[in-house]
Amino acid sequence: MSKIHVTTTVNGDAVEFLADPRDTLLDCLRDQLGLTGTKEGCGTGDCGACSVQLDGVLVCSCLVLGAEAEGKTVATVEGLSNGPDLHPLQRKFIEHAALQCGFCTPGILVAANALLTQNPDPTETEVRYWLAGNLCRCTGYDKIIRAVMDAGAEMRGAN
Amino acid sequence: MPKDDLKTTYRLVGTRPNRPDGLDKVTGRARYGADISAPGMLHAAVVRSPHAHARIIRIDASKALALEGVKAVITRADFPTGLTGEDWNLQENTLAGDVALYDGHAVAAVAATSKLLAQDAARLVEVEYEVLPHVIDVDAAMQPDAPVIRAGTADHSVPEGMHPNVVKYIEFGHGDMDAGFAAADLVRAQSYKTEATHQGYIEPHACLGQMGEDGKGEMWVCTQGQWYIRRMCSAVLGTEASQLRVTPSEIGGGFGGKTTIFMEPLALALSRKAGGRPVKLVMSRAEVLRATGPTASASMDVKMGMKADGSITAASVNFRMQGGAFIGSSPVGEALSCALACYTVPAVFHQGYEVLANRPKAAAYRAPGSPMAAFAVESLLDEMCHELGLDPLAVRLKNAAREGAKASYGPTYNRIGLVETLEATMAHANLKVPLGPNQGRGAAAGFWFNHGGETSVSLAIGEDGTVTVSVGTPDVGGSRASLGMMTAETLGIAYESVRVNIVETGALGVNEPTHGSRATFASGLAAVEAAKQAIAQMCARAAAEWGIDAEAVEWLDGAAVPAGPNAGKFPPMSIAEIGAKMGSTGGPISGHHEVTAGGVGASFGAHVVDVEVDPETGRTTVLRYLVVQDAGRAIHPAYVEGQYQGGAVQGIGWALNEEYVYGADGRLQNAVFLDYRIPVASDLPMIDTVIVEVPNPGHPYGVRGVGETGITPPLPALANAIAAATGARLRSLPMSPPKVLAAIKANARG
Repeated sequence: MSKIHVTTTVNGDAVEFLADPRDTLLDCLRDQLGLTGTKEGCGTGDCGACSVQLDGVLVCSCLVLGAEAEGKTVATVEGLSNGPDLHPLQRKFIEHAALQCGFCTPGILVAANALLTQNPDPTETEVRYWLAGNLCRCTGYDKIIRAVMDAGAEMRGAN
Repeated sequence: MPKDDLKTTYRLVGTRPNRPDGLDKVTGRARYGADISAPGMLHAAVVRSPHAHARIIRIDASKALALEGVKAVITRADFPTGLTGEDWNLQENTLAGDVALYDGHAVAAVAATSKLLAQDAARLVEVEYEVLPHVIDVDAAMQPDAPVIRAGTADHSVPEGMHPNVVKYIEFGHGDMDAGFAAADLVRAQSYKTEATHQGYIEPHACLGQMGEDGKGEMWVCTQGQWYIRRMCSAVLGTEASQLRVTPSEIGGGFGGKTTIFMEPLALALSRKAGGRPVKLVMSRAEVLRATGPTASASMDVKMGMKADGSITAASVNFRMQGGAFIGSSPVGEALSCALACYTVPAVFHQGYEVLANRPKAAAYRAPGSPMAAFAVESLLDEMCHELGLDPLAVRLKNAAREGAKASYGPTYNRIGLVETLEATMAHANLKVPLGPNQGRGAAAGFWFNHGGETSVSLAIGEDGTVTVSVGTPDVGGSRASLGMMTAETLGIAYESVRVNIVETGALGVNEPTHGSRATFASGLAAVEAAKQAIAQMCARAAAEWGIDAEAVEWLDGAAVPAGPNAGKFPPMSIAEIGAKMGSTGGPISGHHEVTAGGVGASFGAHVVDVEVDPETGRTTVLRYLVVQDAGRAIHPAYVEGQYQGGAVQGIGWALNEEYVYGADGRLQNAVFLDYRIPVASDLPMIDTVIVEVPNPGHPYGVRGVGETGITPPLPALANAIAAATGARLRSLPMSPPKVLAAIKANARG
């Protein structure tokens, strides 16, 4: 089967790769571009470990074909920090011990960033429902919710 | 050593520094099982049985091998024969021999130049099956007409006349049961069932293996125990353990399920057959659910006698558990030992049966066996308290196991903290919150032994006075932080000056996995001893330079100092000064400690949950949740809280949602996360925690181990809360909305 040449922008960098028509965006990010920060937990859009933003929209990259990224912009966990400066969410996740194994963390950070972009001051319930598509098996979510709320407060300048 | 002899104030222990691997894990840099590749790498896919029980008549891989880019296909014929015992079980579970024993059992594997090609090729492998009758339910598997899964498996413990699927029988106890029950004012007996659940780690099993014709190999793998992977793979492949070098990746959760092998030997066998090219094998979620370690399902009877004042006079349990088609995989022994461990009861009797069923080979899952046992015992205890008009927590305190008491499972308890845990629970503000209509409060206690085990740790002083610690227990939830803190505390140096590395099998002596809540306990104990060895050497180096006896030097705040005014007057010699000169003062300074760690301290917990049950749908909402547990000493309290919270939520999932659902054909029907529904953020409130600290005298900092116990109380606590909210008592898990609704309706009918 011939491959598809895809030109796209990932974390601000212009990139190109060859995708099998069946390759997901997740496969392309991980296997073609070496961006293994985005994880596969289920491959069926149920766990959120592969969350990325595609043209600013939060998606499960396992449910998007690599070829669909043509001409779009993709934002992954690797692009969350600004050079050496961590994103407030990243810092708060470390400070609050909001990760144990850390495998769901990239997807949750990307999803939480999408939330805070559109709702800078979410309630606890809003955070819980927004992140309901991101499974974490280690933490019971408590410290994750606290870290997201605290990062939101810091980004609003409320701290 | 009595509790009071342990130091109670520390510079680092008990603080909450950032974990050293945090940065890698929030930036996506941390490398997990599927995150690395190798030059010339092939990808593997596995052919799995679609039948619960089927004889394999023929495997024809010719069409797969005809595809360009397919480099190897393996079947059981590529593995050595003659294995026995658990080695045979592991080999049989890795790849079926004559008979596929469960839906999802691997029968062949393919290696090809791409992932998609390997998957295409796997679909082209033709397997002809003769479908055999199967059995899924543990009680059904014991019935006379049940299909025999593997005749001759039973060991000598099984009473004559039982079905061949009953493969192990255990009984133990103490005290006069007749007298115990005769002394009771109330005797009650009930039966309970729990369904299998999966550990549900978000990272599927993944490995990258390479092996040549000479049997030398390497493996990168997500595992809780690299030496277990080495030993098991070598046994299954008939190679020598020393020739396989296993490096643990970062691990995306394990909870016991990554203490064994499932598919790792396939990558090595494929590599060997493909001329030594590295082979990457990553499971799909469906493969994880169908073919890796769920826990056992259980059918349990409990009988208990209680006086009107709440004293438990006698208790007996009879548990039947299936852990798949392999002997030794169910945790029935642990379940029996945990069942009554929270209480001092004059007469106890335990009976347990392990039963084979056409299900995947069960693996350890957080406090294996204890949650099921607690569901049965703590539910019945709660019912009896209500029947006698007694406060269930006060009854638990009245009967609580204490130091010096004979445990229900035999030994005498050392210093334990159940009383302190229950007292802290009863004093918590959550218990004073008034409840509304359709709301109920439930409590339960829980227990886990904790574990020491084979441990080897090495520590080296750097030329700049910083310290590298090599440990063999993969970090599943912050143990690098706790180990670094204990090492730095002992050496009197900054936490940031210690780096803890999780190392490969060639770098240390044998280590057991991170299991049984042993990493912070056992690797911590060994790291402290290794640090003390290094301190002794550093004191000797200072003494030699000062020209005084080594005994006249002591270690204080990260430096060698004269031990007293008589030792002489010398300025402190810091670890950095000693490290800088060590090449010329006698050579590198290191410490190492090897031990099968004893001194284990059990951890008891108590949970209280408030629920609201929707009387129209039967859906249970968790309003409030409290975990109180004895940590011994919380080295890093945030990660101790994390263990309590995570364990509680896994237990909540087990209680309310999670179950293996099988069709009449014996196939697993819910092998995706959409249908195998683990708790999500919107299902839950914050999980309140109280860390009780009754230090374990068997550890230099009082550590007990905190990971396991937390999953145990939620099952009965939620059953007790739902009973309080609705009047309906559920004795079968999960307490899903349809079952709760049916129970409410049955209760209303009386």
